[in-house]
Amino acid sequence: MEVNVLLQAVGLTREFRGYKVVHDLSLQLKQGEVLGLLGPNGAGKSTTLQMLTGNLSPTEGQITIKGIDLVDQPKIAKRFIGYLPENPPLYRDLTVNEYLEYCAQLHQIKPKERKALVTQACRRCYLEDVKHRLINNLSKGYQQRIGIAQAILHQPEVVILDEPTVGLDPIQIREIRTLIRELGDSHAVILSTHILPEVQAICDRVQMIDKGKSVFNDSLVNLTGELDKLITLECESEIPTELLQSLPQIQAVQMKGYAKYELSHERGVNVAPLLAELCVKNNIKIKSLTPTTYSLEQVFMSLVHQESGLN
Amino acid sequence: MFMVASNELKRMFYSPMAWIILAILQAILAFIFLYTLDQYINVLQPALAGQDNAPGLTDIVIASLYLWAGVIMLAVMPLLTMRLLAEERMNKTLVLLKSAPISSTQIVLGKYLGLMIFILIIIFMISLMPFSLALGANLDWGKFSAAVLGLVLLLASFAAAGLFLSSLTKQPIIAAMSTFGLLLFLVVIYISGSSANSASSLFVYLSHFGHFSAFLEGIFNTTDLIYYLLFIVGFLVLTIHKLDSDRLQG
Repeated sequence: MEVNVLLQAVGLTREFRGYKVVHDLSLQLKQGEVLGLLGPNGAGKSTTLQMLTGNLSPTEGQITIKGIDLVDQPKIAKRFIGYLPENPPLYRDLTVNEYLEYCAQLHQIKPKERKALVTQACRRCYLEDVKHRLINNLSKGYQQRIGIAQAILHQPEVVILDEPTVGLDPIQIREIRTLIRELGDSHAVILSTHILPEVQAICDRVQMIDKGKSVFNDSLVNLTGELDKLITLECESEIPTELLQSLPQIQAVQMKGYAKYELSHERGVNVAPLLAELCVKNNIKIKSLTPTTYSLEQVFMSLVHQESGLN
Repeated sequence: MFMVASNELKRMFYSPMAWIILAILQAILAFIFLYTLDQYINVLQPALAGQDNAPGLTDIVIASLYLWAGVIMLAVMPLLTMRLLAEERMNKTLVLLKSAPISSTQIVLGKYLGLMIFILIIIFMISLMPFSLALGANLDWGKFSAAVLGLVLLLASFAAAGLFLSSLTKQPIIAAMSTFGLLLFLVVIYISGSSANSASSLFVYLSHFGHFSAFLEGIFNTTDLIYYLLFIVGFLVLTIHKLDSDRLQG
């Protein structure tokens, strides 16, 4: 089955007074995908998202949503987008219900369907209890959720969320992450964040941006797989290092304490079963066998370093 | 467009401001109305009685009431227009409208329409007072409707100018001050243009009030109508352009 490309951006460049905030960035989003846009502060994430939602026109480059050019036919293209900006755009003098009704109107949803959609959005964002309260009187977490409800209300094909979990407590963060995952199954989601575990938790694919340029664009599995080459072995008694090195896949052994070894191995090879077999053969009891997973922080830092090293 | 307008109107009435403005305007104008009416009955009517072509009830009471309404709205209109776009910008809610599948034209016209409905409510409330005179006196309906139309056009032009200035800034106060400044400037032009020794018909022509006074005298002149329409359309087009160019400038 051909995978449906919902959003395609090619060669996006945005200048502010001669200063390039986003430089030649390309993006692609397929149906059923959650794309994480990751980068440090000031990397150009929000600017990119503003361009993708038609709030800012790119200096160069083209954006198409379901094949419709965003600059040429903004009114049609924008129907397919739900956008939560950095600051949720809330009218604080309205109640949650009124606000969402208005958003539905703005998206030209027929009066008949409006109620059902508002109810559904409220349910998905856990807003049922506060439906009739003024937005102004609600906490930041609730306001953030109203912002998300507003973005998914009209069931857009592409949902674009700028730092969706800011200001939420851990339980809410988990709920919202579940929600985003759910959305990712039926729609396509782009979210920007500088919180790396968040990307690990929900995204299928990561695009890292640094200084307006894309430094990495691949699935998470490839990302971690590429750097997974360390494993820590802890046993109850010491093993001679020569024995460990006898395995051809093991490249180096380093003592990390009593009977604790950090082994570096070839990329993409699963050495755990080999090590287990080796220990059993030699009658050594294993306490733990842990692959050292790189956190995205380390990946990010190494990527940024690579990039600056090349320059 | 209509939903933007109705939302604007709804939100205006959710805040106490719309009610306060309506109440205070009504109170002040009622006082002026009663005062001029009292003057007319006790002082002017006996004096004018028997004269040919003497100004009547409509000329004296209604014209002065609507003139005052126009003058007071000079100060009130900036308060109404400042929130339209500047406040949305400050609260970052403009993004909602801009990411929705509606054009800048629809946003601007919607906002303008919402405000105009509110203005029509104000004018309706004011007009109830002279209307009540019809119970016991003969009003000159032609002059009355010319005055109402004049006030509608005057306030519509205030609103268009205010909307444009509101689109330029994030700070509602700056929007209000600059609107007030512009409107007052146009009044000053009128005063200086119509003063005895430095009269300038150009200045009078450029000012709102120059055209408004013709309506108050019961003269309906297409030139005046076109002046107001050009003024309104001009500022609305500028506002739409400003919103569109936001996308380019960020």
